[in-house]
Amino acid sequence: MTMKVEQISVFLENKPGTLQQATRVLKDANINIRTLSVAETANFGILRLIVNDVEKANTVLKDSGFQVSKTPVVAVEVPDRPGGLHSVMEAVSKEGINVEYVYAFVEKSGENAVIIFRFDNPEKAIDVLMKNDFTVVPGKKLYEF
Amino acid sequence: MFYNEEFETLPREALKALQLKRLQQVMQRVYHTVGFYKKSFDAAKIKPSDIKTLGDLKKLPFVTRNDMRDNYPYGLFSVPMSSIVRLHASSGSSGGSTVFGYTKRDIETWSDLVARCLVAAGLTKNDIIHNAFSYGLFTGGLGLHYGAEKIDASVIPMSGGNAKRQVSILKDFGPTAICCTPSYALHLAQEAAAMGVDIKAFTLRVGILGAEPWSRAMREEIEKVFEITALDIYGLSEVIGPGVAMECIEAHNGMHIFEDHFIVETIDPQTGEVLAEGEEGELVFTTLTKEANPLIRYRSGDISRLIKEPCRCGRSHIKMDRVLKRSDDMLVISGTNIFPSQIETILVEIKGLEPCYQLIVDKAGALDSLELQVEVSDKIFSDSGSVKELQKIEQRIVKDMLDYLGVEPRVKLVGPNTLSKAGDKVIDKRRT
Repeated sequence: MTMKVEQISVFLENKPGTLQQATRVLKDANINIRTLSVAETANFGILRLIVNDVEKANTVLKDSGFQVSKTPVVAVEVPDRPGGLHSVMEAVSKEGINVEYVYAFVEKSGENAVIIFRFDNPEKAIDVLMKNDFTVVPGKKLYEF
Repeated sequence: MFYNEEFETLPREALKALQLKRLQQVMQRVYHTVGFYKKSFDAAKIKPSDIKTLGDLKKLPFVTRNDMRDNYPYGLFSVPMSSIVRLHASSGSSGGSTVFGYTKRDIETWSDLVARCLVAAGLTKNDIIHNAFSYGLFTGGLGLHYGAEKIDASVIPMSGGNAKRQVSILKDFGPTAICCTPSYALHLAQEAAAMGVDIKAFTLRVGILGAEPWSRAMREEIEKVFEITALDIYGLSEVIGPGVAMECIEAHNGMHIFEDHFIVETIDPQTGEVLAEGEEGELVFTTLTKEANPLIRYRSGDISRLIKEPCRCGRSHIKMDRVLKRSDDMLVISGTNIFPSQIETILVEIKGLEPCYQLIVDKAGALDSLELQVEVSDKIFSDSGSVKELQKIEQRIVKDMLDYLGVEPRVKLVGPNTLSKAGDKVIDKRRT
């Protein structure tokens, strides 16, 4: 099973209503968003989504005129307590892996947090994390959370 | 006041006779030295000796900007490079730019013409001239500079930019005249106000403003805020640079075209037909004295009209009204001439970009502002979808625009298919 997670990245033009249009498309297609983050610059934004149906989300967004791409990210499950994120950071930075961005959500049970990482070298990162006994959540499992 | 009273006030019959003699000479010269002219005159079945009257000029084919580009860089020069002492050029990347050469005598002629302009503005060797036209490949800075030295005035070679420094120099050095674009003059006024500097206390008396279209209302505004007389100067690098025409301070209404050096015609930009003097049309220039690259019937793209009524200043040379329009899609951004096709060239050079863009020109305060909207193509986004990559593209566009065209746009990436391919490439919201 591939450990990588596919994130949907959507280009958002900097004008009122763009994000709302994207969320409407997803709603109409009955797509559930697991988690998301928005990267913003002065001139544009990028919506990053983890959804239950990657292919469908990709298709409906493209069909509605959005610029979409799939980006490989890594999901790591950590206990929801102080130091959870830090332990991961320590492990990857020791190996010289850079984090481009990160966002997270807490599982329904409230015991664990899932952190989504965009690494410059996802393969190596997965390797390092697994060797250090972190719980890397495979894409398939995450989509169905 | 005149710099060259004899020639500036030459009776019109004598002026016409001089024009014809010089036209016949320049025709011979270009026919025998520039392949482009030989080919185009032969194609039109005209020999230089066929030019018997000034009226025969209209039989000759036009020279267009495309001809200049096709002959980039030196194809239209009529002297060897050993006789060229200076090269100027328009903005643009290779192929989009045009190059202008000057012999030693051309520099002399040009300086004399600018000297005429400065004297027509009432300036003498006792004046201090703050020259804020850009120095460099653009003809404005050096053109005004040489003219100012010609009349033995004291010239401050400020060039453009650094508004705060400009304001302190205007305050401390006591210049009596300023040369720049009209919008830059207003920008300096605003900058001074922001710095708490009272520009009415400046010693400025006259502004010699040009290189971009400006309205009567804008002139009034400049005259009011600076308490100066604002005069219009006209020129185009293809023809020689600034100093093709100048408004005299006496009439303060219309620019005298120095007809002993240039023949001006107005044509219907659609049909190319010559219009009666006084009718609005595209100005066409023929250079009579330029050695390095003489132009025969060059279509300037500037729309104006000629004013043939005698002027109270005593100059016999015909006047032209202010330029407010272009016959083509050329844009003047802060004094820099830009064609939309040049922007397209820059965009297609950037990997993965489609030349799907819209340029929005507006005013930010007194200055021109540019927003360049570019569509995010599949190629760019599907590879990365990352902020970093998109920002790199943005920066690259800004840098290339600045490097090649000399203007700095704000780049806005927009979604796919938001700019219609057939729609307006340019939206100009500036008042003129």
